Amino acid sequence: MGCPCGHDGSGLERYLQPLQEVLAKYPSEERYLVPILQDAQEAYGYLPQEVLREVAVKLNISFSKVYGVATFYTQFHLQPRGKNVIKVCTGTACHVRGAGEVLKAIEEELGIQSGQTTPDLEFTLETVACIGACGLAPVIMINDDTHGRLTKSSVKTVLEGYKNQSGGGVVA
Amino acid sequence: MNKIALTIDDQRVEVEPGTTLLEAARQIGIEIPTLCYHPDLSLHGSCRVCVVEDVNTKRLLASCVVEAAEGMVISTRSSHARRARRRNVELLLANHPNDCLSCERNGSCELQEITHKLGVTKEDVERFRGKQRDFPLDERGPALRREPNKCILCGRCVRVCEEVQGLAAVDFAGRGFNSIVTTAFDLPLSEINCASCGQCATVCPTGAITEVREVDAVWRALEDEDKFVVVQTAPAIQASIGEEFGLPAGTVVTGKLVTALRMLGFDGVFSTEFTADLTIIEEGWEFIDRIQGNKRLPIITSCCPGWIKYAEHNYPDLLEHLSTAKSPQQMFSTLAKTYYAERIGVDPEKIYTVSIMPCTAKKFEKNRIEHRDSGFQDTDAVLTTRELADMIKEVGIDLAHLHEEDYDSIMGSLSGAATIFGTTGGVTEAALRTVKELLTGEPLDRLNLGILGNREAEVEIAGRTYRIAMVSGLANAAEVLNQVRAGTCDLDWIEVMACPHGCVGGGGQPLPNSREQKEKRAQALASIDEHKSIRKSHENPAIKKLYEDFLGEPLGGRAHELLHTSYQARPR
Repeated sequence: MGCPCGHDGSGLERYLQPLQEVLAKYPSEERYLVPILQDAQEAYGYLPQEVLREVAVKLNISFSKVYGVATFYTQFHLQPRGKNVIKVCTGTACHVRGAGEVLKAIEEELGIQSGQTTPDLEFTLETVACIGACGLAPVIMINDDTHGRLTKSSVKTVLEGYKNQSGGGVVA
Repeated sequence: MNKIALTIDDQRVEVEPGTTLLEAARQIGIEIPTLCYHPDLSLHGSCRVCVVEDVNTKRLLASCVVEAAEGMVISTRSSHARRARRRNVELLLANHPNDCLSCERNGSCELQEITHKLGVTKEDVERFRGKQRDFPLDERGPALRREPNKCILCGRCVRVCEEVQGLAAVDFAGRGFNSIVTTAFDLPLSEINCASCGQCATVCPTGAITEVREVDAVWRALEDEDKFVVVQTAPAIQASIGEEFGLPAGTVVTGKLVTALRMLGFDGVFSTEFTADLTIIEEGWEFIDRIQGNKRLPIITSCCPGWIKYAEHNYPDLLEHLSTAKSPQQMFSTLAKTYYAERIGVDPEKIYTVSIMPCTAKKFEKNRIEHRDSGFQDTDAVLTTRELADMIKEVGIDLAHLHEEDYDSIMGSLSGAATIFGTTGGVTEAALRTVKELLTGEPLDRLNLGILGNREAEVEIAGRTYRIAMVSGLANAAEVLNQVRAGTCDLDWIEVMACPHGCVGGGGQPLPNSREQKEKRAQALASIDEHKSIRKSHENPAIKKLYEDFLGEPLGGRAHELLHTSYQARPR
């Protein structure tokens, strides 16, 4: 998708091409900012600095204001996201049945903290308040799959199933 | 409309509809503490430090935003209100850094003052002390410094930057505990679409945004026996620095300022008004040249560095309209290291140039790569009015009671036209006095153009009508520039000052820097002009001599080389 560094003008232009296609779908008005950011995130996997700057220029609003909106909503991500997004439920039921242990086991296994992404962009680890599957506590979601009644050892087996999957290109 | 009657602290008061409780209380001499409120900005109501009690409903109301209603009974002193105000301040302090003693706003911090006034104790502060924030400092400079951990989220800087300057260089980011006022991706202010005008620093109640201080560098130069330290003071300083020493806003202290600078050890003491006169000659001739060639009109003034940086980011397509004349600060510094060095026989390498400016953008201007025409960095240090006052106070000089001295003589004669550079409309009037006489030989009367917001005028010179606009505040400037860009206006001359009211309201001026102070400072400059014997730049004898002995013709050889500059487009 080209180089985002911007040192090479044509590289940046190429890099911003998917964004231009998103922008072309909406009138250049401030009120379309959130849907534009949603679509841009869909195209890039996250919201890079160059993308937000270009959105600001095209909508004629300040760069800092665009950044303010992007950091206000938890749905927007300013860092690259992993191919697999792990959501560890830390709601009440999961909490009392050992979500802390499960989270710690995943953090140790992947070498990252909650909120971070592995350097190889394979996994992003997050905690969520409740996913509504309390009967399966402690429970985690990896992408759209639910894994319940986990222990610190069984969660490692679950993770193994997502490692070394070569299918599907890296999103960003 | 009928007046509204209400009771505040058992006193009956009648107010106009739309009056807030805070304003109503002030009308009867009751002072309610405020933090996020600022008289020149929109209402925000976020800090809750101004809450008062509605006695009938027992509810707490933010007095800065709630309008008075008929029959209200308000108590500003009830236990409920008093304790809530104190508690709200305690909560603001819960994650505020505890380093007041070494903070740049120590002594001028509104949060510190309110903490003291409300009797908040050490125990109160420690009770709520919790997690501290850890945002990076922005010390890249060269104009402004941000320390977001000191931000109390009052939003004054956000409002002044968006409402008055039309930029929103800083805005709220994040949410909940992580909310902060910052730039996009926490980028340094110098690298984003920021004019460096410093209006944010003048409205910040704490030390979250301040100027980059150069006081220590200037002391080092003054104490270095090898350096010949030359200082220039901008026109607006003489009408504002007195406020730092307890004098009322608008007190003119020109002679005392000169005395204080000599006492500090400056070797040459000058006024930037000398090169303001020179700017008028160069810019005036440039205007005449463009009119006669009918090219690059309207001409847009170039003395305000905040405006220049703003234009480079936001109107790169209009840069050819800017006058190429350097700002008075830069003309002065260039001449100090060339003409002046030659006249007094000092090696220019030993000359250290300091300017005292009401402005933070001048610090950015000083560092511009374009400003090295003397063979050295032309301006070595820029101090704001506040920084100079700090130096004077540090050595115990009481400026208010000093005797008066005159500026040095070589570049010392000044016209009244140069003095009014410090206020919006002043540059235009100064230029027209000169341009009209150069073209016709007839003198021009004072225009009385007014000082606020958008102002347009038509002036007839030698049978042709010139259309002129003078704007201060960048949001106002944008309105005119958008018309120029769209080709929907027919202007010949535009004066732009980044700060509301011009330099008298600059980002480096004494605090408070509100409308009331700015108007008084502007009036003071106008009255200096009225009492000057020379009121036209081209009649300044030292300027005539400068051209005869050194520069040659306006716009020509050496003047072109030393007194003109260029601009660069910057990203938005």
